[in-house]
This record gives sequence, structure tokens and C-alpha cells, in this order.
Amino acid sequence: MSTPFLYALVGTGLFALGLFALIIHAHLLRKILALNVMGSGVFMVLVALAKRTGDAPLDAVPHAMVITGIVVAVSATALALTLMLKLNAKSGHAELPDDRRE
Amino acid sequence: MGAVFTEFPWGVILILLPVTGGMLCFLWPQIAKITGLFIVFAVALLVVGLAWQIFDNGVYRHAVGGWGAPLGVDLYADGLSLLMLAITALVGIGISVYSATYFKHEQAVLFWPLWLFLLAALNALFLSADIFNIYVTFELMGLAAVALVALAGSREALGAAMRYLLAALLGSLAYLLGVALLYHGFGTVDIALLAERAEPSPIIWAALGLMGAGLLLKTALFPLHFWLPPAHASAPTPVSALLSALVVKASFYILLRLWLEIFGPLVGGAGVEQLLGLLGAAAILWGSVQALRQTRLKLLIAYSTVAQVGYLFLAFPLVAATGVSAWSAVTYLVLSHALAKAAMFMAAGNLLCFGGHDRIADLDRVVQRLPLTAGAFALAGVSIMGLPPSGGFIGKWLLLEAALMQGRWDLVVVMILGGLLAAGYIFKVLGYAFTQADVSHESKAVPASMEWAALLLAVAAILLGFLAVPVLSLVSIGDPFGIGEVRP
Repeated sequence: MSTPFLYALVGTGLFALGLFALIIHAHLLRKILALNVMGSGVFMVLVALAKRTGDAPLDAVPHAMVITGIVVAVSATALALTLMLKLNAKSGHAELPDDRRE
Repeated sequence: MGAVFTEFPWGVILILLPVTGGMLCFLWPQIAKITGLFIVFAVALLVVGLAWQIFDNGVYRHAVGGWGAPLGVDLYADGLSLLMLAITALVGIGISVYSATYFKHEQAVLFWPLWLFLLAALNALFLSADIFNIYVTFELMGLAAVALVALAGSREALGAAMRYLLAALLGSLAYLLGVALLYHGFGTVDIALLAERAEPSPIIWAALGLMGAGLLLKTALFPLHFWLPPAHASAPTPVSALLSALVVKASFYILLRLWLEIFGPLVGGAGVEQLLGLLGAAAILWGSVQALRQTRLKLLIAYSTVAQVGYLFLAFPLVAATGVSAWSAVTYLVLSHALAKAAMFMAAGNLLCFGGHDRIADLDRVVQRLPLTAGAFALAGVSIMGLPPSGGFIGKWLLLEAALMQGRWDLVVVMILGGLLAAGYIFKVLGYAFTQADVSHESKAVPASMEWAALLLAVAAILLGFLAVPVLSLVSIGDPFGIGEVRP
């Protein structure tokens, strides 16, 4: 197994782990962290797969994509954290309101 | 003169102008309303300019900064993109006129920058030619939309915004992982190049699974619609209208694009269309029944959106045999639903503003007291139900015809049931609108511009029913559905 492939596999693993945590945890901070772990997993796949088959030179485009992705992830996390704080201030706990079927 | 019009980079300005406007509104809140209105009308003029250019030169393609496809960012517009831009501009004008009187004080200061950013993101999304750029515009759109939902400030709105944000981010990440796989497999993110290079392989299936799941989550197709009703019902009214009319359509547009260009030709006939059609049928029935059961008007309209999204997916299994007419139906449904649903939410907002509540059973003789709003709701309802001569009728008729031609009686039954259920929930509201409520409430005057904005959008949804020939010839520019047609 080649090294890039291993990294990509680990990235996929992080994605799956994050998805699992996103679903089972109720606390919003854990959900936000889980999304960040998923994001890191995707970035890892992108970087690892930049090493294309054989002896081809490294491709820089995925790295540029990851930089863009990090900027997006930082802004999204900031918005999510602000929302969580606001929700906590209004309702007293940082969890999503129950899915009451109204 | 002519050369100026045909060479001008309309697409670039379409994105830059709202972004700049958004920043201006943010920096100088006292002129936010004027700037916002001006920018929205200017965007509509720019769309006209782009349309002129596309009529003259055919498909619009612009390499930003002169870098070109493999490395740089390309903008691309054919008939389908143009129609989406046009409907965004049209609904945008209606919503802006409505918002100019709806939002007061601090909310207005926050609304205009966010709405202009959302407009820029929508325009950029419809002009995108590569799948990574689409990811970025998705995030811009999602963040602006979530912030707009949270604008209402109530506990429900914040909870709904949070749920919406988590769903949107999850969808985007799944989509991005799909982008990573496609890039690894075929060495490009440009949609046209991908269409040339892609060949059936496990990568295509994995990417389809990831991107499809992410986009379906964002489009709120049953059973991934859980985030939509709370978010659309608890947001401020103009925001509900924006989300239901435009934001949901944006992710559907991308799904349609990717299916037509990349995935459809490769995996067609393997049951994916049937699955999408099945989910669409389930969405129609589930969404309509839920809408019928609601006691709050805005939740009713939100569930109606879940049902109407289902219609869009019915086209997928029908295309194989009937070719392009099912896609025409989808285009028509997207346009007419955008107009009708925006009008419907605005009418609901007027009722909310008038009576201070949106409980359907307590609507007190609003037909006499707010005739324009009741008219807007009824006309929008005609289009949602799919009665002639509305735009919704043309879309549903084309779809029904395609289903009949192919002998898909199951889908025909679902469509007819969906229409009946829609009539049920719309007449339920209208019935209460005519009668006197048990308890009377104090009422407040509704500004005329808010009533007229709702009515004019509803009238536009009806008028769309008379424009079938020009609209369908417009959408065929650049042959966006061409690949779907030759598929076996």
C-alpha cells in the first residue's frame, strides 16, 4: 500500500468518525467539533490524492483547494459557535430543541 | 454600441456588484435600504444584459482574470443558468420591495448586507463552471442563509438556524469529498472537461453517492427534509420566501447539472433515477399530508415546499423514454414554484403582521379586510395546485404527459393525489380566510407595498402559464439537456 493511499484512507476514516460523532452527540459543541473533524478528513483526502499515479509530479491544485476549504471551515465554525452561544443564552442549554412533530 | 453590449463581462459584474453592495450596506447602515434596493434592480438589468449577450453570441463563457479552465475559475451561462439568474432577480426584486417596509431598525441593518451576500452567492452558483467553485458558493450561500434565519432572534429561530447550519455543513462536506474523488480520478474540476474524461468506474459511483447525498440533504428531499420546516417557518417572512423560492432551488440546480453532464450518461439505467423518483413520490405524499395537518400557516407552507420539491425528482425516472420534455417540466416547475412560494410566504407574512399570529383557524375574515393578500394567496395556490392557466399547471401537465407516455401509472397516481392534497391544504386556509374567527384579535395595518409585492409575484406565477413557448425556447440555448436526450 502506498503512503498517499494510506493517508487518504485515514482521511476517510476521520470523515466517518466525525459523521458518527455528529449523529450521536447532543451537545452542540461536540457536533461542531465533529464537523471540523470531518472537514479535516476531507482535506487530508484532498492533499493525499494530490500525489497522482506513478512518478507524475505533485499537483498543487488540491492544496489550493484545501487552503480555500480551511478559510470556509473557519468562517463556518465561527458562525456555528456564535449561534451556539446565542442559543445557550436564550434557552439555557447548548443543545438542539427536540424534534417535536408539530 | 452593440459591441459594448456583446463583449461586456456581465457575469463578473453580476457577482461583484452585490458583494460590493453588501459591504457598503454593512459599512454605512443608514443608506442600507436605498443601496440594497438599487443593487437589486441593477442586478436585474445586468441579467437582461447577459441575456442579450447570450442571444447574440450563444453560450457565455468567461475566464476570470484570463487564466482559463484547468487552472483558473471559469464562469459559464447557458439557457438554464440564464433562467435561474432571471428568476433570482425577479423574486429578489419582489422580496426587496417587501423587505424595505418589513424590516425596521436593527434588523434592517443586518438584513441588507446578508441578503446582498446571498444574492451574490446565488448568482455565482448559477454561473459556476467547476465543481469546486460550486462548493465555495454553496458555503457562501449557506452561511448567509443561516444568518438570515437567525435574524428573527427567537429561541425557535436560533434552534432552527443551528439545525440548518449543521445540515448544510454536513451536505457541503459530503459534496467536497466527492469533489476530491472526482479530481483524483479525472484530474479536473471543470464540469465540461469532467464530462469528456469521466468513464464508468468505482470512483464515479462513490462520488455520485457522496455528492448526491450532500445535495439531496441541501435540497431537502424526503427523508432528508427534517431541517427545512423549522428553518423556513421560524425565519422572518422575506427570508422564508428567499429560502423556499431560491436557496432550495440552487442545490437542485447543481444536482440537475451534475446529473445531466457527468453522472447521468455514465450510470443511467442502473436504478438511480428510479430511487430518486421513488423518494420524490414519497416527498409529495408525506409533505402534502403533513401540510394538511398543520395548524400554523407558515409551517403549512414550509411542508408544501417539501412536497413540491418531490415533483422535481419525479422527472428523473421519466427522462429515459420521453427525452427532453420531462426536463422542460422540471424547469417550469422550478420557475413557477419560486414565484408562487415567494408570494405565498409573503401573503402569510402579511397575515402574521395583520393579526399578530399565523394560526390558520383564527384567520378572521381576511378576505374582506386584506383582499390583496388573500388574492395573492389564492393565485399562488392556483399555481401550487397546478390548475390552469398557471405556470405550475404547465410544469405538472408536461410531467403528467411524460408519465402517461411511459405508462408509469404509479407516478400518475402520485401526481394526481399530490394535486388533490395541495387543493386540500390551500382551500383549508382559504376557507378560514372567508369566515369569522371564534375569537377576534386586534389587527394592525399592513403596508401597501407588502401587499402589492405578494400580489404581483403571484400574478407573475400565473402569467408564466402563458409564456411556455418563449421560456422553453430560452432554456434550450446551449442545449443543457442535450446529453440527457441521447441516453439509452
